[in-house]
Amino acid sequence: MKKEQIRNFCIIAHIDHGKSTLADRILELTSSVELRDMEEQLLDNMDIERERGITIKARAVRLNYKAKNGETYVFNLIDTPGHVDFNYEVSRSLAACEGAILVVDASQGIEAQTLANTYLAIEHDLEVLPVVNKIDLPSADPQSACEEIENVIGIPALDAPRISAKMGTNIEEVLERVITDIPSPKGDDNAPLKALIFDSYYDQYKGVIIFVRVKEGTLKVGETIKMFATGAEFQTVEIGYMGATSLVPSGELKSGEVGYIAASIKDIGDTRVGDTVTSVEHSCSEPLEGYKKVNPMVYSGIYPTDGAKYPDLRDALEKLRLNDASLSFEPETSIALGFGFRCGFLGLLHMEIIAERLEREYNLDLITTAPSVIYKVTMTNGDVIYIDNPTNYPNPALVASAEEPVVSSNILTPSEFVGNIMELCQDRRGTFKDMKYLDETRVELHYELPLNEIVYDFFDALKSRTRGYASFDYEMKGYQVSKLVKLDILLNGEVVDALSFIVHTDKAYARGRRICEKLKETIPRQLFEVPIQAAIGGKIIARETVKAMRKDVLAKCYGGDITRKKKLLEKQKEGKKKMRQLGSVEVPQEAFMSVLKLDE
Amino acid sequence: MMCGIYIHIPFCKRKCIYCDFYSVCGGDKLYSDFVSALNRSIENRADKRIKVDTVYFGGGTPTVLQSSQLASILNAVKNSFEVSSGAEITVEANPCTVTKESLSELLNSGFNRISFGIQSAIDDELSALSRLHTFKQAKEAVLNADRAGFKNISADIMIGIINQTRESLIHSIEKITSLPVGHISAYMLKVEENTPLDDMIKRNSGILKSIADEDEMADRYLLMCRLLEEKGFFQYEISNFAKPDLESRHNLKYWRCGEYLGFGPHAHSYFDNKRYFEDCDVLSFIECKGKSKITYTDTDVDKAEEYIMLSLRLAEGLDTDRLASLDKKGRYRNIISNAIEINRLSDKKLINISQNGKHLSLSKRGFLVSNTVITRLLNQ
Repeated sequence: MKKEQIRNFCIIAHIDHGKSTLADRILELTSSVELRDMEEQLLDNMDIERERGITIKARAVRLNYKAKNGETYVFNLIDTPGHVDFNYEVSRSLAACEGAILVVDASQGIEAQTLANTYLAIEHDLEVLPVVNKIDLPSADPQSACEEIENVIGIPALDAPRISAKMGTNIEEVLERVITDIPSPKGDDNAPLKALIFDSYYDQYKGVIIFVRVKEGTLKVGETIKMFATGAEFQTVEIGYMGATSLVPSGELKSGEVGYIAASIKDIGDTRVGDTVTSVEHSCSEPLEGYKKVNPMVYSGIYPTDGAKYPDLRDALEKLRLNDASLSFEPETSIALGFGFRCGFLGLLHMEIIAERLEREYNLDLITTAPSVIYKVTMTNGDVIYIDNPTNYPNPALVASAEEPVVSSNILTPSEFVGNIMELCQDRRGTFKDMKYLDETRVELHYELPLNEIVYDFFDALKSRTRGYASFDYEMKGYQVSKLVKLDILLNGEVVDALSFIVHTDKAYARGRRICEKLKETIPRQLFEVPIQAAIGGKIIARETVKAMRKDVLAKCYGGDITRKKKLLEKQKEGKKKMRQLGSVEVPQEAFMSVLKLDE
Repeated sequence: MMCGIYIHIPFCKRKCIYCDFYSVCGGDKLYSDFVSALNRSIENRADKRIKVDTVYFGGGTPTVLQSSQLASILNAVKNSFEVSSGAEITVEANPCTVTKESLSELLNSGFNRISFGIQSAIDDELSALSRLHTFKQAKEAVLNADRAGFKNISADIMIGIINQTRESLIHSIEKITSLPVGHISAYMLKVEENTPLDDMIKRNSGILKSIADEDEMADRYLLMCRLLEEKGFFQYEISNFAKPDLESRHNLKYWRCGEYLGFGPHAHSYFDNKRYFEDCDVLSFIECKGKSKITYTDTDVDKAEEYIMLSLRLAEGLDTDRLASLDKKGRYRNIISNAIEINRLSDKKLINISQNGKHLSLSKRGFLVSNTVITRLLNQ
């Protein structure tokens, strides 16, 4: 295979702008998949991905395209995750490509996520090929979409292919433009091996399968390879490329090619995305640039509703980690919830997805505690500690200073909602950076926001204040000194550790009050009155009371039919099972999550 | 212990909007075939060794049948079982379905207790429940029964009727207790699934606003208990009040885990440690001529569990010695020994513990939350 006939590229698009549909059409046109074998939207192959219309893990596929000039080209299409939580994975996928197709919805224009990823692509020197999609929609305005691309991103776009991925219109034009616009890969097949890991997954027979882009040198079966970052060495068992429906062994991969390695790797932690694979025999001296170890940004406690399911939860987490090196977990104990795990996630979406997969694929009933960010606390004795569980927040008397993570965020919105968004960001302790008009109707806002203000319900709040039109993207900026306190929640006079959280002093009262109100709505009346209190240190700052239950159902026991009475008691017992017994108080599982949705 | 007999007459002139018991309307033409089938089923079960001291005709509305038909059924019972001379024999009646004459006939054929579904003394409330009678008719019926010679008359009162107020409830209690009745059954309106009331509420949830909420319902219940006791009706069960010696002996059987045999479609029985019911509708009941299908709900009754569940509905409550003798598996030691949970419930005045600790009973406030309390006791 001549390098001139290879094109490595990805597709950048906002959710629902048609990335997966376009990928499907490309697969069809390159006849990679028989139509009848095609499940809709092939690249997103996890159930949750398909349901939510997002890509969580990168995927890749190799396609053959016979171009109009008569030559056959090899296309490596690398899918990228579409969410801010997976920004690092996106950057590694981009690093495996020479070009990117930028899909913009002809009726909606550019969104924050698209913009962030396009900038990332440009940073990685990718050739960006804009494509305007959904021209079949009555509201489509391809001309303005093109102008917007030129104005906002600053790349030529007036001749961008105008397509309808859904209808299959003009897809061939896109493929021809891939050949003419996106450069072929470069590299020296005889140089020391340098291959970039951009994805991996666990196969129960072959072990970890690594997806790589060979940058320099040649990768051969039987050769011993080394991971630069972890130093781990493995002998390759199988090497090949990703066919549309299965892996195709090829024996070797040369520079410029995209493919997979199987090397009986047991632990996915040895194969970090972004790391460089080299040959032990013919080793390169320097790794590829850009590797970093991804660290969780958000932590949350995950507990089985039924304490006896703890071992099942551990097994399930271990299995999930086989495929997801960014998931971390440590056993932890909560007085209220018993044995569980403190889990680290890349972001809120990542957390939701993991919780959902645990429940769905492993059939577990879980209680997830409110997410927490990592606080950096300097103690009076000079020690610096990092707190990912509010319960462990030290005694304020011993704290010299506390810092919280902040992100720099980027919000794109129709101009009519600017006021609402500013109000929201203000309320979330945001610092305004700048604002610019992309055109007469669209505005880009920059804010610095404390991460703990957005991990709860910021997306929902933003959506409800902009009728769903604003889009949002952020990246970690660093830590800033902050006035933080630990807020405890007491039920019937006892602190419920799983409900504690850390909050900025100025917001403690309002937050405490709101949580008490919310809990009052969620906790049903019980035989005894239940006081709900919020406290800082020993000081109560808010209180609500769940009144004692006055009456339950008085079943008429008519004609000696006591089955009705038995059914009622049975129902009562079932209801009780769904509750978590905290001391003398029965708390429904939703209570632990309802404190997250305070903006309602 | 002696056995009770329950006879289910599954006919009504009109179905009340809240009722989910088995009964059919407009079945007039079926009455005589039904009575034959019913009598046949009673005779099929005949066993003179079974001693009976209570007979209860419930429904539906038993008095939609002719007094002579009711008399023939009662005769079938007397011919099939050993009915004691002092037996309590009750018939439920709707005020519209009785006359001076029919009441005398009932008394003469052996019925000695009659229970009227009066519900309220306010006509608007009665029509909101789609009852057929007015309070004036109810009053007439009670007075006629009294004149006919019934010494044991019961009336139903309902709490939480649509548009009922505390004042209207007090008024109803005053009016009904001033009649010659010795027993009151008081129930709360409950919206049962698949009843016309349930449908109405699904279509227009605004109706719920005119039904008392949890707290108001509880307040009215306590108010009613107080008023009834002031008038000499003592509470002997969650929903039942009686002047001295006029408690319903038949219903007490249910709560005291006594045996009873039921006849008629959907009638329930508890006999020989088994619980079952006749699993059929009126038509198939008539068709099978007294040999209807029986469904067991419990073939090996956990007597300890049932004893807790049923006895706590009674003011006399639970006797820990009796529980201990029934509790073969020792599952309820905590109740018997008045362990922490019992004391907590007692501290909160939901349960009364006798001085020697051997009797537990629910307080009036405890009655209101009896399901929750009993579930706690059964599952601790």
